Amino acid sequence: MTLKIINHGLSTSIQDLGRPGYFHLGIPISGAMDRFSLRAANLLVGNPEGAACLEVVFLGPKIEFTRDAIVAVTGADLPVKVDGEPRDGWASFQVKAGQVLSFDFLKSGARAYIAVSGGIDTKPALGSRSTYPIGALGGVNGRNVETGDELPVGTASNGKAGQQVAPALRRLPDNPARLRVLPGLYWHRLTEAAGHAFFDDEWKVAPEADRMGYRFRGGRALEFVDREPPFGAGADPSNIVDGCYSYGSIQVPGGSEPIVLHRDAVSGGGYFTLGAIISADMDFIGQLQPHMPVKFVKVDMAGALAARGERRTALQRLREALA
Amino acid sequence: MRTRYSYGGDEHVFVEIGDEMSLEAFFKSLSMSKVVRDANIDGVTEICPANASFQVRFDPDVIAPDAIMARVKELETQAEHADKRLDTRIIEIPVYYQDPWTHETLMRFRERHQDPSGSDLDYAARINGYDSVDGFIEAHHSTPWFVSMVGFVAGLPFLYQLVEREKQLQVPKYLSPRTDTPKLTVGYGGCFSCIYSVRGAGGYQMFGITPMPIYDPEQKISYLTDFMVFFRPGDIVKWKPVDRQEYDRIVAAVEAGTYSPRIAKVAFDLEEFNADMTGTNARLMEALNDA
Repeated sequence: MTLKIINHGLSTSIQDLGRPGYFHLGIPISGAMDRFSLRAANLLVGNPEGAACLEVVFLGPKIEFTRDAIVAVTGADLPVKVDGEPRDGWASFQVKAGQVLSFDFLKSGARAYIAVSGGIDTKPALGSRSTYPIGALGGVNGRNVETGDELPVGTASNGKAGQQVAPALRRLPDNPARLRVLPGLYWHRLTEAAGHAFFDDEWKVAPEADRMGYRFRGGRALEFVDREPPFGAGADPSNIVDGCYSYGSIQVPGGSEPIVLHRDAVSGGGYFTLGAIISADMDFIGQLQPHMPVKFVKVDMAGALAARGERRTALQRLREALA
Repeated sequence: MRTRYSYGGDEHVFVEIGDEMSLEAFFKSLSMSKVVRDANIDGVTEICPANASFQVRFDPDVIAPDAIMARVKELETQAEHADKRLDTRIIEIPVYYQDPWTHETLMRFRERHQDPSGSDLDYAARINGYDSVDGFIEAHHSTPWFVSMVGFVAGLPFLYQLVEREKQLQVPKYLSPRTDTPKLTVGYGGCFSCIYSVRGAGGYQMFGITPMPIYDPEQKISYLTDFMVFFRPGDIVKWKPVDRQEYDRIVAAVEAGTYSPRIAKVAFDLEEFNADMTGTNARLMEALNDA
């Protein structure tokens, strides 16, 4: 069976849990920005948790089904319709052959995940169907989904309609969003005052926010400790000898606008990084719209690991609820 | 050179061998990342070597952050005692300097450049004290380069020239990055050369273009069928200047599946190089010319 893309929306891509293991060659992990929501969507329709879904940004696509299927939409609050009739988000429902899945305008969040029983069955690249357009890997011939595409769907196993994820089991950011940061990497490049300002100020998501990185603005410019530029680093105080970047690491070119590297991160470069968003909070970033207020919250490693544990527990509860 | 350890969030250990670039720092980072890889530590999922630093990605559910940090620190001593010798390969990369495509692009982004009145090469030659662009181009291709890091985007090599520090070319990046760079542009930023493996944004100065693809996600190019990325850290590169005619010939040969890069196996010994740079480079070139 196939999904006929009548309209691709704004930016719709095929994503799963990504292709780890090639970052040392500049190929990022990719995969769902909000992995928890992708897992939930798959579990709702009876797929393996890491099956390929459609990641939809801001504006929903319009899709015609060529065969009956079980479908679920999770993540952002993007109202779902089947042949114009509303369906619940975070719940599984049936779509019959010939019916059309469409969406109303986004109410909150940024990315919705559409899972179809059987999973999107495009050709994997380096072990994943996730789309990495810069390197032309995965997706539909290395690119995002476009109007006119017909996406293959795998054989469904045991999906059923009427499953749902209760609001208490969902994991979405607060407003203002709190993003926890473990200071480190080149933190020592900042003055003490700048270090405080970074956490004290309220930031807003900038319009330049995508799968590669989320940019923030609105806080005070950061000041650097004076230094003689090291050979090969470059003259700007925010420059370093090009090194690796961590997923979630926060670079601040010129000291003005922090950028958090996300799933399609560049693997390295010449800007200092002041630390990284903890792994437990990376999914939240995928649900932030431009102009949303954000506070960066300082944590230590114990705090980061505790948050990681809480996320694991949340995932376990989700699995049990949908088992 | 003092090694500095830090965490990058709860999933990465970051190790900076030195805050400035040097062959010593590169060798130690490569050697240490190799020692960490060979140690097969449970919970380590990936090791990324860079110019003068490297990063270990780990799963904190398998190995605690302080345990992996302690293991990596322990391995530093082992790496320090390792031979500063590398069995690697030298590859000839054809470059069409001052080509029309990067020229068109650099003209489009002139307002982002330090010196809008000339080309990137005019600027680079001048600030490095060369009378002519030709002299600068010669300095760029006359001695070999180390691939000191692969990354930024898919398969992009950073290269560091095998010359004394005082002969290193240094050029700042664009004031503000371009939104476009032609695929296979040979670029320059700081003390590094690079080859843009794919088309896209970039901040390095543009000197020319190579007809030889270095990344092929479809793995159809004859010398990329085993793996889609051509370069690995530790490769040695010799630029070979070519004219338009030769450029076109190679492009056609790549397309026909008949192009094979000139490659020779070589051993590189850091101490030998430091003792006799001219001799070591001559020996590398000899191996390449015999290939």
